[in-house]
Formats: sequence, structure tokens, C-alpha cells
Amino acid sequence: MLVLEKRAERSALIAVASPLIAIVLTLVTIAILFALLGKDPLFALKVYFLDPLNDPYSLQEITVKATPLVLIGVGLSFCYLANAWNIGAEGQFLIGAVCGSWLAVVTHGTEAGPWVMPAMLLFGAAGGALYALIPALCRVKFGASEILVSLMLVYVAELILDYLVRGPWRDPKGMNFPTTAEFDSVATVPILIEGSRVHLGALIALIVVAGAWLLLSRTIKGFEIRLVGVASKAARFSGFSSDRLILFTFAVSGALAGMAGIIEVAGPVGHLQPGISPGYGFTAIIVAFLGRLHPVGILIAGLFLALTFIGGEMAQITLKVPLDLTKVFQGILLFYVLACDSLIAYRLRLIRTQRKVAHEVANGPA
Amino acid sequence: MRDPATPPRPTAPLLQAIGITKRYGTFAANDAVSLDLYPNEIHALLGENGAGKSTLVKIIYGLIQPTEGELRWMGDKIVLAGPSAARELGIGMVFQHFSLFNNLTVAENVALGLAPTENFSAISDRLAEVSRDYGLPLDPKREVWRLSVGERQRIEIVRALMQNPKLLILDEPTAVLTPQEADQLFVTLERLRGEGRALLYISHKLDEVKRLCDTATILRLGKKVSTCDPRRETAASLARMMVGAEIGEVKAASGRQPTIPRLIVRDLSLAPDDPHGTYLKNVSLEVRGGEIFGIAGVAGNGQDELFAALSGERISPTGGAVVIDGDAAGYLGINERRRLGAAFVPEERLGHGTAPRMKLSENALLTGHAASAMVHHGFVDKPAMLDLVDRATKTFDVRKAKRDPEAASLSGGNLQKFIVGREILREPGVLVVSQPTWGVDAGAAAVIRQALIDLAARGAAVLIISQDLDELAEVSDRIAVMFHGRLSDAMNAADADRETIGLLMGGSTIAPSEAADAGA
Repeated sequence: MLVLEKRAERSALIAVASPLIAIVLTLVTIAILFALLGKDPLFALKVYFLDPLNDPYSLQEITVKATPLVLIGVGLSFCYLANAWNIGAEGQFLIGAVCGSWLAVVTHGTEAGPWVMPAMLLFGAAGGALYALIPALCRVKFGASEILVSLMLVYVAELILDYLVRGPWRDPKGMNFPTTAEFDSVATVPILIEGSRVHLGALIALIVVAGAWLLLSRTIKGFEIRLVGVASKAARFSGFSSDRLILFTFAVSGALAGMAGIIEVAGPVGHLQPGISPGYGFTAIIVAFLGRLHPVGILIAGLFLALTFIGGEMAQITLKVPLDLTKVFQGILLFYVLACDSLIAYRLRLIRTQRKVAHEVANGPA
Repeated sequence: MRDPATPPRPTAPLLQAIGITKRYGTFAANDAVSLDLYPNEIHALLGENGAGKSTLVKIIYGLIQPTEGELRWMGDKIVLAGPSAARELGIGMVFQHFSLFNNLTVAENVALGLAPTENFSAISDRLAEVSRDYGLPLDPKREVWRLSVGERQRIEIVRALMQNPKLLILDEPTAVLTPQEADQLFVTLERLRGEGRALLYISHKLDEVKRLCDTATILRLGKKVSTCDPRRETAASLARMMVGAEIGEVKAASGRQPTIPRLIVRDLSLAPDDPHGTYLKNVSLEVRGGEIFGIAGVAGNGQDELFAALSGERISPTGGAVVIDGDAAGYLGINERRRLGAAFVPEERLGHGTAPRMKLSENALLTGHAASAMVHHGFVDKPAMLDLVDRATKTFDVRKAKRDPEAASLSGGNLQKFIVGREILREPGVLVVSQPTWGVDAGAAAVIRQALIDLAARGAAVLIISQDLDELAEVSDRIAVMFHGRLSDAMNAADADRETIGLLMGGSTIAPSEAADAGA
């Protein structure tokens, strides 16, 4: 019989190895899935995971896609460390995009200077933060589930975006497509490497990772976030208010998601339109957990999940499998990540079928 | 009581543990421990915290597997896959921490622990029968939250007895009882022995062991020191075997002169924030500098609520309800009270006093970030945190595997020494401490009590909330008793006899009208 036995102290080795074990298990499962679909599993895995890494264009795209994932994932990790469950980063991403775009729309065609782009980023962050504070306030004031409220607000955000680009902000010269005009050059995020699509957002993401690491490991605020999450009663004894912390972590994660949103719109996309996110806000949940809620881990996990987006596109073209396989893949990965996490505090032990022995002793051999 | 000179020892042991070793990594929690348990015997398992008592008992009850060694049940080798396998054999256990659902009735709680083959009304009937037969009165239809701690323990004992165990293990059963309740328990235990059952009794109250037990096995640092007849030993010789050295006598510092009141509680009434909690009703007290004030009482009579109101985890209805060193502190949060020079040690070591999965240095920061120089411009000062850990380790002899382990990896006694040390090293003017030596071995308890006395001798006001009357008698200058959220008048510890305090703990000498109202 296999039993889970509690470890005296959490295993640091497994804490690092657990995401890797989860990835290996996911790859095995995916290979079986490919085999069931009638594809050669090894070839499919190569198309999915290795081909993108051999192609300079795909490498750029991985960086571009990883940027919002890492930004959102770092913010979400703050919430999750503090036991506050923000599931609505997708909505905060969209509202951030909307708020930042407002500045681009109203300055469009004017003589506005280079202050526009930084101001847009600030607007995006502020918009995302305020939008995230709605579920946080509902939780703190009324005891409403922040999980449900933040999730529902995703759909509200989609509809707000939809209304704006079909209504007041629609580009008059846009042939009735639901989109704003292309942003002016002062309202776009500059390209970092000439001739590529890698933009300033990648650098911002790296700075955010470094800042988050510093905050979590070196400051009293970081201690507060970690403490409230693991021992709420001890946190109260330490004088920290879990209500205030819920507001703080939601605001920070909303701000980062909102900034990711406006960076995406003012960067790779170039204008505001529906469908600017292939589910970044949801995928970032997987990124946060796969990265063990550690900023550096999230950076690596963000790159890996970005690879699954690109690999999924490649697989669709080469293998003729549906693009939704990417979502299946991400779901399986999250499942294994959470399952493997129990190995950090527990060890697996095999013991013989003693129940039978004990039974025989109690009742005499059968 | 039988004549100790000619013990009628049965010929065959019921359960033998032979060379039990349990290793966690390189650390041996049990090292080749052997133990024979006979029917008709109460066998004491003595040892400091961290000596390996819990590990050994968990192995016997099938909760964990030994690394080496074997168990024999009536001569046959057995391997226990889990507690249910142990129960099938006839091994029952009464845990120190009750596992009861507060909102369910007594019968429902018992039914949950039994095999699902029996129907509920049959269980209720058998429960009534067992509790009547053994003089453990229980109303099967009453919800657990209405019961006293002693009654809750009865549920656990009856639940174990309903499986008719041949071996019954009791883990520090008197830790939560009044002296009178403990006496009742001993009658039950002696009766169980008379029925031919074997009892394994875990304790470190040496008087109890000498009074009740036929045999004692003493563990120290995972190894068996000796198996002896406790009635032929003195409390001092038993303690010596447990600790491996003479326990330092706690010395009352001479010339301790109470000065001005440093902690004042004035007419504090407070509703509980949890539906099963206790209302605090008009609690008033004064603790002077240089004085140790003890609050006795059975758990669940408002001690937790009083601690929260004193610490600032709960805010008082008026600012003047709690006064710390002359400052009205009723509206202040816990960190503001710490800045006034107060320090607090809660009852629950893991999860309240410390974050179990955080390192000791981070747990030093837990109470030190507000009033000690551990944070500069928002950044934490790791060397200062480690320095406090090192000083607490040195001053209070905290034993641990490495310099900065997770709190949960320390034994109860060592963690408690760390927690008390963490606060005392800040030289607080007011210290409020709840159950300072609860579940702590004799050696660690002596260190902690001495530290509290020394702190008072340096002029601090010390308030101790404790269920351990011996402890209160040993260290307190004045004692008051808490019952149903009310605090009795304080009496000088020298004048307070155990009988009076025991009766106050049971609510008996409270004015008749109040007793009626409390019982309603």
C-alpha cells in the first residue's frame, strides 16, 4: 500500500523538482494523447516543444507572449501567497488596456509629445488596480467570495471593451471593423531589438521580476504577504490585518495585469480591438503555480507556457491538430503541478499489506 | 491499591515493542526502544518533550511505521498498517488534543469514530450503557460545544472503551482537568486495570505517575533510560532519569518588591467573536511591577478571550479597559501595545505564537518587527533576526538540529523556550503569557518558570494564565480564578489552598444567583 507520510521539514529539493516532475508527467500524458489521435508521439512532441526553439522568429514570439504572462503571474503570486484568490486577471488585463487606450484615442492626431506612452502605462496600471479592488472590497466589506466576483468581472470587462470599440472609439476609417485607429508612434511601446517584435515590455517584466523578488525576500511587506498566507492567526498576532493585505495584493496584481494589457495593446497589437488576449489572465494562473509563486520561477514558467502557445500553433499547421490542444495541455499541466506540490510536505512510502497481517493476528488465520 | 511488594504480574506480555527505531534522516526519534505491556498494569511512559514518547506511541497505534524493530501482540509479530488495524487488534487511544466536532452531539461524535456496521440507535444505547457502567456520565444527545473539557475527554474515553480495547493508551489525560476531575479519572483508570486491561499512560506529572502506575519506562533523547517501579522511586530520582541531570530548583528571587501597577484591566466586558466563545464579564485586575499574577481556571472559561483582549488582537470597548504602564491601551493594536513595552506569549505554539513552516529567524521577526530594530526603511535586517535566534538559543538552551530551522521541526519544549525567550530578551515591562509550560517537559518548564520569576524580579509585571495549579502555586504572588468569563477576586498565593481554587474552578463558590445563571 502507498501512503503519504508527513515530512519533519519541507523538502527543499522537492520544492524545486516538483514543477519539473509535473512537466515530465504532462509530456507523457500528452504523448499518449497524441498516440490516441493517431500521430507519432515523439514527432509531435518535437514539433510542439523543440521546433519553436530552433527558429529565431518563434523565439521572438515566445518572448513577446511570455511578457504579459510573467507580468500577470508575478502579480497573481502576491495574491496567492496571501491566500487571496484573484481569478479575474483577464478582466484586469482588458480594463488596463481600455484605460491606457483612452489616452491614445484622445491624443490621436494631435501634437502630443513623448509623455503619452508612459502616461498610458500608468493609466493602464491604475485602471487594472481599481478594477481588481472591486472584488477585494466586496470580500472585505461583505464577505463575498473574491473568486466568483473577480471571475464574473472578466465578462463585464469583455463587454465594456466590446462596446467601446464598436461604439464611441471605433475608427471612422476602419471599414466598420470593431477596432480603434492605429495608435500614433508616441502612443506605442518602442521595439527593444531593431527588426524584431521584442518590445520594451520584456524589459519591464524583468524589472518587475527583480522588484518582486526583492520585495518578497527582503522587506517587511513581503514577510507580511507570506505570513498571512501560511498562518493567519500568527499574522494577526504579528499585528497584520488580512483585510488590508487582500486590498493590497489585489491592487498590485490588478495593476500588473492592467499594465500588461496596455503594453500588449500599445505594443504588438498597435490598436484596441476585441480578442487582444488569448486568455493570458487565465494562463498566468498556471504560470504562477508552475513557478512555485516565486518571481524567478514565474519568469521561467512564463517562457515555458509561451512555448506551449507557439508550439500549439506549429502543431496546428504541421500536424493538423486543433489549437485547443494547447488549453488541454495547460490544464493537464496545472493538475500535475498541484498534485506534485503535496510531495513537498509529504513523502510517499510503500508499506506491505499489513492490514491483512493484523487481521489474521486478531482473528486467527483464515 | 495493591501491595507493591508482591505484584501479581501476569506471565505473558500483551504487547511487546522490540528494538523500535524510527529515523527521520539522520535524527533518531526512537533508538532501539523496547517495552513490554502486561494486562492488569498501568504502565507510565515518561520523558521530556522530544524524548520520543509521541513517536513510540504513534508506532504502537499504527500511525507511523518504525524504521527498524518489531511489535508483538500476544507473542505474534504484527505490522500495523494504520490506526484502524490497531483498533481491530484491540488497541485504543485517547489523544491529548480531542478530535470532536463541536456542533454534533456526543452520540454523533462517537458514531463517527466507529465502524459503520452498527446503526445509530444501537450506538446511542451502548454509549449510555458504557458511560453508566464506568461512572463516566454523559448525555448522548448534548452537543459537544455545551460540554466542559472534562466531559469532552470522557467522550474520547468512552469512544475508546466502546471498542473494548485490551490496551488503552492515554496521552497526558490530566493536562486539561481540575484536580477533582483528575481524581475521578484515576478511579476509572484503576477500574480498567482491574478488568485485566493494559494501560499505557503518558505523562510528566511525576506525582500522578507515582500514585497510579505499576511500571514506568523512561525515555531520554530517543533512548530508553530505564524501566522501573515508580512507587520505589522518588519524584526527584524519576526527574533525574528523565532529564539526565538534576533539575534546577526554581528559586524565588529574594527582595522582589511589588511597585506600582503596570498592567490594569478595568471592568472589561467583551462579546466573543466566535459563536462558541465565552463572554468576558466585568473583568478587573491589577498587576504591579515585580509581581507575578496567576489566573487559574479550566480551559474554555474565557482565558482565550482575555488573552486576545490584553494583547490587542481584539480591541476593547473602551480605551481605559486595558492600561499598560499608565497608557490607555484598549483601542490600540497589538504592535502599539508592544511599543508600550508589553509582550505576549499565546497558548498555541504552532500557528499562533509561531508560523510553523517559517524559519526561527522569521518567527523572531513575527513579534519583533514593531518594537525591535529589525526593520530599516521597510527592509528586514536578517543579521538582527538571526542574532535574536542565537541569543534565545544560548540563554534558554534551545536545542535544534541547525542554526535556523523551521519552527515546526522543534520539539514542543524547545519551541516554547524559544517563544518565551524571544519575548523576554526584549525586556518587556509587562508580560502576558498563556499556559507557559503546557505540554512542556520538566527541564524546559523549570527554565521557563525561572525566566518568568527573574523577569518579575527585574521589575516587570507578569500575568500568567495557566491550568496547571502546581505551576501557579510555584511562581505566583497572587492568584485569581476564571469561570464562565468572570474573574474571582485575587488572593495571595500563600493563602490559597488547592481545594478552594479547585472549587472556584468548578464554579462552586460563586454566589448562588450567578451559579444558577451560569448553569442555565
